[in-house]
Amino acid sequence: MTRAPMLALAFVLATLPAFAAEIGQVKTAAGTVAIDRGGATVAVKPGTRVEATDVVRTGPDGTVGITMSDNALLSLGPNSVLVLDSFAFDATTYQGKFDATLSKGSLAVVSGKIAKQSPDAMKVRTPASVLGVRGTEFVVKVDD
Amino acid sequence: MTRVAVASIALLLGACSSTTVVLLPEADGRKTELTVTDSRGDIVLDRPYAGVRRNALRTQPYASSADEVKRDFGAALAAQPPREKRFTLHFPEGRDEIADESRAVLDAALAEIAARPVQDVLVVGHTDLVGSGPLNDALARQRADTVRAELIRRGIAADAVQASGRGSREPAVPTPAGVAEPRNRRVEIVVR
Repeated sequence: MTRAPMLALAFVLATLPAFAAEIGQVKTAAGTVAIDRGGATVAVKPGTRVEATDVVRTGPDGTVGITMSDNALLSLGPNSVLVLDSFAFDATTYQGKFDATLSKGSLAVVSGKIAKQSPDAMKVRTPASVLGVRGTEFVVKVDD
Repeated sequence: MTRVAVASIALLLGACSSTTVVLLPEADGRKTELTVTDSRGDIVLDRPYAGVRRNALRTQPYASSADEVKRDFGAALAAQPPREKRFTLHFPEGRDEIADESRAVLDAALAEIAARPVQDVLVVGHTDLVGSGPLNDALARQRADTVRAELIRRGIAADAVQASGRGSREPAVPTPAGVAEPRNRRVEIVVR
């Protein structure tokens, strides 16, 4: 291989995102916490990366805090189920879209760059409601 | 029991879960807004502790309180990741070398990264409004890459630092196009 294609390849590799599927990272975890991902269960600890379509579950003693790549903060109380339906974020333009669903339990949210750049580009759903987020902090819970 | 009755009961049970939403005060006191939409319409929450409860029978706005939020959401709020902290480094015009006077800021950022439970750093490059958009995008990215390399050289794990460039989209000080402004030639280290 000549030097030019090698350099070209190095450039392509350098410009790819380090973790294409990664959309956020677990920062705090206590008690029973797990992620359902593609039919498997992933153990969760601080540092675990989250991906789109992950389902985050906490047990009766569990809590977890996640920082999304647009700086949004999501944290769950015990007995909660949060689905990270879809997430897209352009780190240069700050354009993006974020949909998540709280099926049950309690969730605290600090919205990030996506909601700040484009009002209503971030949505949090519950079984009966849709929350349109405009750069804000809020809490939401779903009881059976 | 008829089939219709069974189906109706199933529907009612499915709709029985209730949702509670409460808007919190902003850390910096900014005005914010949250729209809660269900089959009955939209409710806009725009004051601290404005809340809405929804169940199978009704959707009801109400005034929540710090005490209620603490009781119902204390565990979720306690699990919140630490807020981001930003450190700003400055750059000489048209160059991607860190200015000498910004070295101490770099040290402070490294100390903050070390204090966090998980290493997670964004390095965001910016330019002033001199030069073309594409040129500034490239220069902003170069500045970010320079700082990223320096953080890695100082012991931060490579997979914990992501670099990106914002070009001239986000000046710290707004200026007309073409104005050389040292405060806009910068890299922000965002420690998360």
